Amino acid sequence: MRYAMAIDTLKCVGCSDCVVACQTENNVPIGYCRDWVVEVTEGTYPQLALENRSERCCHCENAACVRCCPTGASHKEEGGIVVVTHEKCIGCAACIQSCPYDARYTHPDGYVDKCTFCLHRVNEGLKPACVSVCPTKCMYFGDLDNPESEISKVLKNRKWKLLIPEAGTDPKLYFLV
Amino acid sequence: MREEIIISGRMNKGVDPILHAWGWEIAVYLFLGGLAAGLLIYAGFYAIRNKEKNFFTALKIAPMFVPFFLIVGLMALFIDLHHKLYFWRLYTTIHLNSPMSWGAWTLLVITPLSIIYAVLNLKTVFPQFNFSNKYIQYLSFTIEKTEDKTINWNWKFKWMRDLETFLNKKKLILMWALLIYGIILGIYTGILLSAFNARPFWNTSVLGMLFLVSGLSTAAAFIMLISKDHEEIKWFSKIDLAMIGIELFLIIHMFMGFLASTQVQIEAARMFLGGQYTFVFWGMVVFMGLLLPALLEIMELRGYKINHRFAAVLILLGGFILRFVIVYAGQSSRYLY
Repeated sequence: MRYAMAIDTLKCVGCSDCVVACQTENNVPIGYCRDWVVEVTEGTYPQLALENRSERCCHCENAACVRCCPTGASHKEEGGIVVVTHEKCIGCAACIQSCPYDARYTHPDGYVDKCTFCLHRVNEGLKPACVSVCPTKCMYFGDLDNPESEISKVLKNRKWKLLIPEAGTDPKLYFLV
Repeated sequence: MREEIIISGRMNKGVDPILHAWGWEIAVYLFLGGLAAGLLIYAGFYAIRNKEKNFFTALKIAPMFVPFFLIVGLMALFIDLHHKLYFWRLYTTIHLNSPMSWGAWTLLVITPLSIIYAVLNLKTVFPQFNFSNKYIQYLSFTIEKTEDKTINWNWKFKWMRDLETFLNKKKLILMWALLIYGIILGIYTGILLSAFNARPFWNTSVLGMLFLVSGLSTAAAFIMLISKDHEEIKWFSKIDLAMIGIELFLIIHMFMGFLASTQVQIEAARMFLGGQYTFVFWGMVVFMGLLLPALLEIMELRGYKINHRFAAVLILLGGFILRFVIVYAGQSSRYLY
């Protein structure tokens, strides 16, 4: 099993509903976010193109944060989901330094926090909170190893890109373009 | 002209707009760790080569400061941790992929070793105690007065004296261990940073050697600062000059590497070539901390009357600022997307 997420940048309107859903679902402290929306405007007026991207931890195949963690608090759960065990985390911030996406932050309680692909929901067969609330249905979540899954199909049929593939982390957050 | 505007909704404390996960604590630790590593390398190297008579300061006095430097450095690291009560988790596992993990284990070995070596030197450095001094009286539970003229004190309990004799017999092993672990500690501080490919400015393998050489240079300067033996000062100022030469080469080597690399590393180098770190790096680290003291040392070796302590202080300051610049600049460098 290899869980991955895809975001359709052509359908995303940048409403930030995913951000609020995540903050509510995961009790994210006020002022912090595990996922966020990036708006990129490109071109020269009047020929402008806008791209909205809902970004989060990419749950990289070759996760730099897992490699750098001195205690093994950052580890991979089944399906390749990268999570932090709070009771093992010493808050040294090595993983924050190692993440090219800056997807991690230090929780006010001391440990390092990040997107978990809503592991607690996925284990119950539900979709992550951000995916399930998206009003434009622009987010896909599923197993890459299963060719029949929604995400495998959409990645087969659409053009997509990754963020900073040159960092060599092999991210699993796809952006449909 | 094609333009791009990126607006991000993320504003996590310590991460945006510029990453600031590590601050002065890490810079202080990197400096003290490098200094301690340099002092232990000199002590180990010259003890193995039987130069005890020539380099009394380097072999006996300077190592007394090492446990102090290491403990202050470790305290700085501890202050930096955000989940402090779980720090012992470092010692429930070894992750060979994580430089921080084997660094933590190295420190667990080298700190007690440096304390043992410092304690073994106590009798040589302080042969005579004035037992009427009230501070010495506080030590009376471990030491006692003897009639000996050369060393007027001894350990109070037999097991302490036996342990001292045993450790003195094994001193050569101890010195080899200090030399090897000193080198590991000196390089590790640089490797720690170079392991983060997400921070292009740190992501260069030159950093390990640069920190080791800078540690050796600051350690030589520290010995010059506290030594009273002119021959020893002269020798360590020569060593220091060699280290400064290597350090300058490594700095140029590092920037050549950046400029010949990918866009993100070119951007990282530009912070130092006209960007916000230009003055603090080239002015305060390279000129004030390397070139100026090198010039002063050369002039002193040529016979001009210059106080060697001035050059030594400049080198220590330069090494300290170097760690700050690298810690902060690394966090300002990033992938753009």
